[in-house]
Amino acid sequence: MDFNLSEEHRMVQKMVHDFAQREVAPIIKEWDRKQDMAPFILPRMGELGILGICIPVRYGGAGMDYVSLGLACEELEAVDTTLRVVMSVHTGLCSMTLLQWGSEEQKQKFLVPLAKGEKIGCGAFTEPGAGSDFAHIRGSARREGDYYILNGEKMWISLANKADYAMVTMRTNPNAEKASRGLTSFIVDLHSPGVTRGDIHGKLGVRAGSTGWIHFQDVRVPAENRIGEEGEGFKITMSAFDNGRYTVAAGATGLIRAALEESVKYARERQAFGSPIAQHQLIQAKIARMAVDYEAARLLYLQAGWMKNAGSRNTRQTSAAKWFATDASFEAASEAVQIHGGYGFSDEYNVERYLRNSKGAVIYEGSNEIQRLIQASYALGWRTDKPLRRELPPYDPDFWQEEA
Amino acid sequence: MNIVVCVKQVPDTAAQVVVENGQVTWGDAPLVINPWDEFAVEAALQLAKEHGGSVTVLTMGDESAKEAIKHALAMGCKQAVRIEGPADADTLVTAQVLAAAIQKIGDVDLVTFGRQAIDGDNGVTPAMVGRFLGWPVFSLSATIPEIADGVVTVQRATEEGRQVVEGKLPAIFSFGKDIGEPRYPSFMGIRKASRAKVPVWTLDDLGLSALLPAVSWPEVMNPPKREITTEIIEGDSPADIAEKLADKIMAEKVL
Repeated sequence: MDFNLSEEHRMVQKMVHDFAQREVAPIIKEWDRKQDMAPFILPRMGELGILGICIPVRYGGAGMDYVSLGLACEELEAVDTTLRVVMSVHTGLCSMTLLQWGSEEQKQKFLVPLAKGEKIGCGAFTEPGAGSDFAHIRGSARREGDYYILNGEKMWISLANKADYAMVTMRTNPNAEKASRGLTSFIVDLHSPGVTRGDIHGKLGVRAGSTGWIHFQDVRVPAENRIGEEGEGFKITMSAFDNGRYTVAAGATGLIRAALEESVKYARERQAFGSPIAQHQLIQAKIARMAVDYEAARLLYLQAGWMKNAGSRNTRQTSAAKWFATDASFEAASEAVQIHGGYGFSDEYNVERYLRNSKGAVIYEGSNEIQRLIQASYALGWRTDKPLRRELPPYDPDFWQEEA
Repeated sequence: MNIVVCVKQVPDTAAQVVVENGQVTWGDAPLVINPWDEFAVEAALQLAKEHGGSVTVLTMGDESAKEAIKHALAMGCKQAVRIEGPADADTLVTAQVLAAAIQKIGDVDLVTFGRQAIDGDNGVTPAMVGRFLGWPVFSLSATIPEIADGVVTVQRATEEGRQVVEGKLPAIFSFGKDIGEPRYPSFMGIRKASRAKVPVWTLDDLGLSALLPAVSWPEVMNPPKREITTEIIEGDSPADIAEKLADKIMAEKVL
């Protein structure tokens, strides 16, 4: 067993780190206050190949592995959650779902421009009335000849207002015996007639990103844009979450690290009772917790990434990584604010932004209550993973890096 | 055009470099490419793109110098050579070794350096290599050199302003921030770099032996700790505070 990152992984880590630190860290507070996304972010991430990091070169990607995706997410969220959210929805929910479930034609048509960063993707699953209870979404898709007609509203969709394509799941069979079997997924061009969308403002965190709603009013989607078979939408959406959650776990790990680093720096500098506060044991206890949580969260997401590389089903491990890392990142950010005292309460320091941003990930991509239920079902033997008709392809460097 | 870029492996800029038991240490901080050398790589790559040809990365150092080489390869350099040099090398020895390696590579038109290495901070290696090779040196170049008919024109950054300098190839250049941000390694570059086999040359390969440094470090020490006390002067009015401050300044013989 070898816990070392490869040379390639370390270089990926440094490259993404340098991008985030040099180009985004200096301007992020300003855009967080504006509640808007800096316009250069998406094109720059595309140009650098980050958006298609783990997609094979033949599909327009950078040809790196799934561990690289996790490492990139850690580095991105160590600067700001909004950067990692881009990876979660563009790469995790949209591109990787196409990689796993898309036909060759769909990959050529949609995955290639997404991986190159020429088009932006998102995942439109959650609805105003259904998130955790996903099997009971109400948005519908009705077959009419060579088209499906989509109607419904999707809510809390990251990049809703920036994306060109969305991976969307709708109900195609309202009479299905089990609600989850009546769902079907589509790749939808968001520039189609009948699509309206907007941003949601006034969020607690993730303010320098785009989160919004998408309304579908009689949107005609060609039947060839259906992903998988009719009725497979629930499984496809859950496998999309296996990838989205992985990026969330890795990102939250980066947020713990950022909270830890800022806390260590401040605790060494700030004096109280005649010594740096780092000398006080109650401060040390907080820092110790962050340090160990960081290590544990990192091992959990890297394990999930390693399993993805190997082609092993990782729903259980990814869910555990997401639950642990996001709870720990909320705790770490909160304690970082506490260590910073009054200064931590102001946006002069980064830690208040970490705290506001960290809360989102405890809720989205499967709330942490849902993650607990998943873990309990596995532990109690009530849940086993059945093979999927299409698994996420294991990472094969030759296939990944060969030109088309 | 045959371009060589010389790079050095240094402790990360975020590392705390201290002296412990008479030895310089930076703890377990990672070693990285000297940040100034990234500008040298950027300039070399831009020149190779404009004039054709390839860029070879050259470094002197032990196995740990690999990271710097790989970083430069990932940025887009085509090949690399590492020279296993003497551990006690000063800038003079380093320059001798690099000059010999540049000659061994052969048909080199242009060599680029970062303005200085952030560990030694001497900033003289480019000039010394130029002296050993008998080539002109354009230190502190602030623009990408323009080359036409073997004549090179470049702006140099000086304290007083800019100088426009002309000379002939082959030549040595050192670069700082003025040329713009260096590119990041590309993912394709990273993949190629991680697989690249870097040849290692010894001093024997370069026909060098018994190189004697001109400078040695018989002792290194941490800078003395500065004891600073702060006193806040209070008073009824700004004029009163100013008067008390002036008295203190006079009493302490600052003025």
